[in-house]
Amino acid sequence: MPSITSPILLQVRRLGVATLIAAFALGSAFAQRVEVEFWHGLTQPLGGLLEEFAADFNASQDQYHVEASFRGTYPDTMVAAIAAFRAGNAPHIVQMFEVGTATLMYAGGAVKPVYELFEETGVDFDPDIYIPAIKGYYSLPDGRMVSMPFNSSTAIMWVNNDALREAGLDPETTPLETWDQVRAVAKEVVDSGAAPCGFSMAWPTWTQFEQFSAIHDVPLATRANGMEGLDAELMINSELHVRHVQTLLDMQAEGSFTYGGRDSNADALFPSGECAILHGSSGLRARVVREAEFDWSTRMLPYYDDVPNAPLNSIIGGASFWVMTAPDRTDAEYAAVAEFFNFISTIENARRWHVESGFLPIRFGVFEELEAEGFYEENPGADIPYLQLTRAEPTENSRGLRLGNMPEIRNIIQEEFELAIQGQQTAQQALDNAVQRGNVVLRAFERANR
Amino acid sequence: MKRRTIYRHKLLPYLLLAPQLAVTLVFFFWPAGQAIYQSVLIQDPFGLRTQFVWLENFQIVLTNPVYLESVRVTIIFSTAVTLLAMAPALLLAVMADQVVRGASGYRTLIVWPYAIAPAVAAVLWLFIFHPSIGQIGQGLRTLGIPWDYRIDGQQALLLVIFVSAWKQVSYNFLFFLAGLQSMPKTILEAASIDGASPRRRFWMIVFPLLSPTTFFLLVVNIIYAFFDTFGVIHALTQGGPGRSTTTMMYRVYRDGVINLDLGGSSAQSVILMTAVIILTVVQFKYIERRVHY
Amino acid sequence: MTSIGQNRWLPHVVLILGVIVFLFPIYVAFIGSSHDAPTIARGEMPLTLGPHLIENYTQALESGEGARVRGTPALTMMRNSLIMALVIVVGKISISLLSAFAVVFFEFPGRMFFFWMIFITLMLPVEVRIIPTYAVVADLGMINTFAGLTIPLIASATATLLFRQFFLTIPDELVDASQIDGAGPMRFFWSILLPLSRTNIAALFVIMFIYGWNQYLWPLLITTSRGMETIVMGIVKMIGTGDAQTDWQLIMAVAMLALLPPVMVVFLMQRWFVKGLVDAEK
Repeated sequence: MPSITSPILLQVRRLGVATLIAAFALGSAFAQRVEVEFWHGLTQPLGGLLEEFAADFNASQDQYHVEASFRGTYPDTMVAAIAAFRAGNAPHIVQMFEVGTATLMYAGGAVKPVYELFEETGVDFDPDIYIPAIKGYYSLPDGRMVSMPFNSSTAIMWVNNDALREAGLDPETTPLETWDQVRAVAKEVVDSGAAPCGFSMAWPTWTQFEQFSAIHDVPLATRANGMEGLDAELMINSELHVRHVQTLLDMQAEGSFTYGGRDSNADALFPSGECAILHGSSGLRARVVREAEFDWSTRMLPYYDDVPNAPLNSIIGGASFWVMTAPDRTDAEYAAVAEFFNFISTIENARRWHVESGFLPIRFGVFEELEAEGFYEENPGADIPYLQLTRAEPTENSRGLRLGNMPEIRNIIQEEFELAIQGQQTAQQALDNAVQRGNVVLRAFERANR
Repeated sequence: MKRRTIYRHKLLPYLLLAPQLAVTLVFFFWPAGQAIYQSVLIQDPFGLRTQFVWLENFQIVLTNPVYLESVRVTIIFSTAVTLLAMAPALLLAVMADQVVRGASGYRTLIVWPYAIAPAVAAVLWLFIFHPSIGQIGQGLRTLGIPWDYRIDGQQALLLVIFVSAWKQVSYNFLFFLAGLQSMPKTILEAASIDGASPRRRFWMIVFPLLSPTTFFLLVVNIIYAFFDTFGVIHALTQGGPGRSTTTMMYRVYRDGVINLDLGGSSAQSVILMTAVIILTVVQFKYIERRVHY
Repeated sequence: MTSIGQNRWLPHVVLILGVIVFLFPIYVAFIGSSHDAPTIARGEMPLTLGPHLIENYTQALESGEGARVRGTPALTMMRNSLIMALVIVVGKISISLLSAFAVVFFEFPGRMFFFWMIFITLMLPVEVRIIPTYAVVADLGMINTFAGLTIPLIASATATLLFRQFFLTIPDELVDASQIDGAGPMRFFWSILLPLSRTNIAALFVIMFIYGWNQYLWPLLITTSRGMETIVMGIVKMIGTGDAQTDWQLIMAVAMLALLPPVMVVFLMQRWFVKGLVDAEK
């Protein structure tokens, strides 16, 4: 791996760009810093950590100034960025969650792909420093990277050790690798009264469909989950998907599964002790550390052991940074963006972000360094997300997904799943409806973006 | 409506009208025109690719079972809100009309919820109906009712109806009370001498005399339920679970702002505009007959 | 309702019940704003005042940040709401006074046409045309400005109609007298019409203040920076997903602060408000 973080190299690059600016004779180019507007969607305390990176970048040199500001949730930020683009003053950088990837990727001239950014500004950048599951999610099929990875998470399983003990199970030795095992434990917990809820999940579509498909090496949608074209169609009514929803319905009927609501609604059920097992984001860690008043552990997501190839790697969630265009944007501004990206991608900064925020170590080198220093022995379970994400070479089904209007598709799947949970339709009907409605949304996106 | 004496100026009246007209043109007619124009286009969110598709957006919207479901939810929701906001208001107004002492005190204590924003009303009741921390939410669970409006669609619908109606009762109360107090007392006294029971008196005489107020409030409440309740739904359920609390207005927001489907959401706006215009025309046809400007 | 005794007590019982239903949520919110987060999160909040009242309001007003909530200081949000409400009130009342004056006291070509143009805006609340109006405001570069927040809401016919109705009741003799004195139309407007309209202006002030302060969807779309948030939208943002574990004590403090100004306005100006409301909508 080339040492792109060498201070001398950085110095040289900076000088190069500085000469460029001088050559363009932009007035008092040396006195005035190039301003970069950066909109992010992270609430506290993560937002503050992110803003520190911008401040450190500003302090590290005197050419550029990155102004990081919070713009509400990711959907709010997306709407704000689109409105700003239409009005001709889009921010230079916008942070967008993973389900917004397709919308921005097909935004044509509105977005400048990062591979283009680095080519044009001449800033050295090697996308291969990122672990494959992350690089793949934000790259074109040919490997060119379109957005800058930053805060990535994945789904894992949170386990309340005390609840297991109370149910007479030893959390150290009780296996929790397959769905059969998870179901048995959840049932035992509820039957023994150790917790009112055995198993639940946050982000139902993400954990039970997107992650589930990747881990079991089955497609969520055709065309490599949409990576290869706009004409993808959902495939979540496969035999395995129906079987899984049926398992969840059966678990609900026997009392071992309690539905906890949409999106992050169910997050609260784990730290409060209500649910003994929860599928949720690895990003929940900080909250669990602070709020849970019991002994807990993390595990990898379970799988059906009769499915060939399972378990594969899981896929990511979280957000990445996108470069937006505007009619009056200068080369110097793009150069500033490229330098900032370069800054955040160093091993030191990737490591710092991982340690402070709890998001994944996204590039090679960080995990190895920390492991050698014993970080994961002091923070048991903090390595599970990374190990799960890297446990296999990503296939077409586990590289990620790129479906248009993904927020709406997630909602549709949640809606149909909810109707099944309320007993208004069978597992098969729910998934057939979700596929049919989801495909309508995909076709509409295809049409608007052709 | 003509005055005898009027000013004659060539320029002044236009200058006086200019600010109002400017704002109306820029923020009313232009966007309304845009909505109609956008509703015949398919466009990506960034406005980079545009296709003209005639009435296809309307066809898509009106044949979409999800949209038709939001129409159904809107009808159930607005009927329930209207009834639940008007009936208690009428009862309270009739009672307040009978009270001699302390009438204005009661009025003050009943009128103020008018000042609360629907979204804030939602926050207040959310705190009470929250399944794990709310006073009533916990109470219901203690009684063995599996109360959780985030999971149960019917409970969610009940809750948004209740909160929306709660906020609107005081408004209706004011109008009913004003209507009752302007009623000719001689008729009531005559009826009372005839020996009609209070209940009979109310239904045979008072209620019919109130019908202009009732009709006016009916329209106002329906419009309230259509539009102003957005804050309640957004704060409490975000249209879920499932689609159980997604009204037509909420759908416009979802499709336009979250799903970035500008054509479809504009088509829905145009449909809503048509509905409101019909309602308003009906209302003014009726009021025109009654009130002469 | 047969005996006299029932007739005397029944209204009071019903009215008191009604008042309780209205006051209960405010009471609970107030109590909620006086406890700490863990007490509420455990679901053990009593219905009596807790020890953290001052602390919670100070925190809400000055920082708006709790352990789980990242809000905007309520002071900032209240200032924004106040500016928004006042600009809307002043804007609506002034442009409506002027246009009603023009329509009632002048004869000019296109008078009825313009009147109907204004009148038709009654039919479409901002919510219906929200997306295109938003697009227009974005095109004008008014996103995240007080201008974008207020000016589009100033376009409404309610106030114009009310003033028009009132102006029509002003006797012709008054106008004649002022003309004999040699006063021009603007002089008549300032020294006679405006003072006569005081009650109506006061009534509209209340109605429009509440309308402005309580705006939700519009500021939600128009403001993209935290410094511009208004309190009604800010509070909904604070709830997030409505977890049991959030800073409910702060949210309830902000809720109390959000409802206090409009409720105070209604209390203090009740007489005009009741008259204005009933007149304005008819």
